[in-house]
Amino acid sequence: MSLQALTFIVVGSSFALYIGIAIWSRAHTTGDFYIAGRSVSPLANGMATAADWMSAASFISMAGLIAFLGYDGSVYLMGWTGGYVLLALLLAPYLRKFGKFTVPEFIGERYYSKTARIVAVICLIFISFTYVAGQMRGVGIVFSRFLEVPVTWGLVIGMTVVFVYAVLGGMKGITYTQVAQYCVLIFAYTVPAIFIAIQITSNPIPQLAFGSEIVGSGTALLDKLDDIVTSLGFHEYTSGTKSRIDVFCITMALMVGTAGLPHVIVRFFTVPKVRDARISAGYALLFIAILYTTAPAVGSMARYNLINTIQIGEVGAPDGNLAYDERPDWFNTWERTGLVKFDDKNGDGRVQYYDDTNPSFAAKAAQYGWQGNELSVDRDIMVLANPEIAGLPNWVIALVAAGGIAAALSTAAGLLLVISAAVSHDLIKGIFIPNISEKNELRAGRIAAAFAVLVAGYLGFDPPGWVAQVVAFAFGLAAASLFPVILLGIFFKRVNREGAIAGMLTGLLFTYGYIEFFKGLFLKWAGAPWGVNTADHWFLGISPEGIGVIGMSLNFIVAISVSFMTSPPPERIQHMVEQIRVPRHMDIQQ
Amino acid sequence: MNKDKRLAYWRANLRLVGLCLVIWFVCSFGFGVLFVEQLNSIRFAGFKLGFWFAQQGSIYIFVLLIFFYAWRMNRIDIEHDVHED
Repeated sequence: MSLQALTFIVVGSSFALYIGIAIWSRAHTTGDFYIAGRSVSPLANGMATAADWMSAASFISMAGLIAFLGYDGSVYLMGWTGGYVLLALLLAPYLRKFGKFTVPEFIGERYYSKTARIVAVICLIFISFTYVAGQMRGVGIVFSRFLEVPVTWGLVIGMTVVFVYAVLGGMKGITYTQVAQYCVLIFAYTVPAIFIAIQITSNPIPQLAFGSEIVGSGTALLDKLDDIVTSLGFHEYTSGTKSRIDVFCITMALMVGTAGLPHVIVRFFTVPKVRDARISAGYALLFIAILYTTAPAVGSMARYNLINTIQIGEVGAPDGNLAYDERPDWFNTWERTGLVKFDDKNGDGRVQYYDDTNPSFAAKAAQYGWQGNELSVDRDIMVLANPEIAGLPNWVIALVAAGGIAAALSTAAGLLLVISAAVSHDLIKGIFIPNISEKNELRAGRIAAAFAVLVAGYLGFDPPGWVAQVVAFAFGLAAASLFPVILLGIFFKRVNREGAIAGMLTGLLFTYGYIEFFKGLFLKWAGAPWGVNTADHWFLGISPEGIGVIGMSLNFIVAISVSFMTSPPPERIQHMVEQIRVPRHMDIQQ
Repeated sequence: MNKDKRLAYWRANLRLVGLCLVIWFVCSFGFGVLFVEQLNSIRFAGFKLGFWFAQQGSIYIFVLLIFFYAWRMNRIDIEHDVHED
């Protein structure tokens, strides 16, 4: 059977499975729609959270990113897992005890303020839409490469599937489809990794293969990799180029941002008990860690494989590089998508791949007769092309396509759901029509979800230039706006309405302003970015990716100082805080 | 539930959270970022140790840490008689 037919069958049956689950688990009440009736087992919630969290970026891009960044890629590995520790210890159990439907609802009630709730809704909608645009794009790319349909059609098909199960099933529907999607994506990620690990090191466990010796050479993979990348002018794989403070701040911003992302937090509202929320965070991170500890192994092995394919002999020897005419099939396939590009600058018919931006390597390159790097490889193809590079059977390639789509759809559905809940529950019921009937609220939720799917599809179809840049913004924003006020709301009774609103706005505006200044988001028409985006110009050497940490600190400082300058929260709020701190319902006495 | 009992429970909770966060910080920011170069001079199962912490070890420790916290916290709930039925 041809690869394309096989891929259609695998992807098609995974879609049939998701829709089947959605019909079986459709929502009947607003409780079902927003928080799956609070009946999800901790283990199932852990899996659903893992699928919700691991997006197209984690599945498709991360290993490739690490392959090219080496040690610097660690910021993503630690940043996107360490946040779960904060979530489990500082937020999840208490928000579960609070026992309502949404994150803005907690902020609104804890700070007895509709303004605070609206500010939280704005942050939530911005964070979630930036994210979802990337997911839809991911679906489109996988479709166009593996099924050879235009990106637009891939997008429409993806939107339809999400539409059916998010609108029909609400949280209950997406929870159980996410469980299925987790199984598909983790299987699709680890199988090729195991095969490649065996090929390179004969150790089947990627996490160990990564530190093992290359078959028949007696050198450890990472040592060999350090050796060959430096001989081509690249920086050493196991050490970084970013400054210490920047690595620190980016990692911290990603961790805190993760803990502040509404679509992740809300998953912990769906379990029956407080203790389920705690253990469920553990399961979630365990399931995430399976992919996140495999990714750096895949990254290093993919880099090794790539260089080995190109640099077939000694560096600098006349026949040391791959002749373009003898390129392997996968090279050819991906060249057609434009994601691999070759430009024979010195006209020798061979492919030279090296760091032509490294001034201390320039003399050597000239001596070899190289006139610039001739190969550009899009980092996104590292995972997708891996099975082909390793010569794995077609069913593995089809599985990887289904896995990439599962990762994108599961995240998209989770995001669309928090957007629709923010609109129907926080804005419509919470602010505009407080006495709306449950039936109408459920209807409003479904309409909002349907509308959000359309906006997401549009953003994926015609992404504004800044989509790639705003991912950093989404994390910085979550870190600087939502996380501090939720944390203070639980751990610091004295923080009041005025403090929370001032804190959120400070964190939000500072972080947004810094990113606008150096990267340009919405004010391009007014000349943004104004700053030169290099380390010498950054505040304390912190890049826009890591600035959320400063925004977060400002939020804490402002929230606490303003609170002490204004009157303490009313007694009922202080009781509410006492109440969410204990798992069992308590009669609070003074 | 009176104020003293609530305070005792909350203190036990904060102590546990504090301990876990110290481990969290040391294993990721300490070993993986701040002292990565010093640790890289130590070899561990084919890895430079600092690099291993940054790309593998910290993640394993995060997972164990959450399970430890959940187990210990459930015990504290029972000791202070605030656990759910």
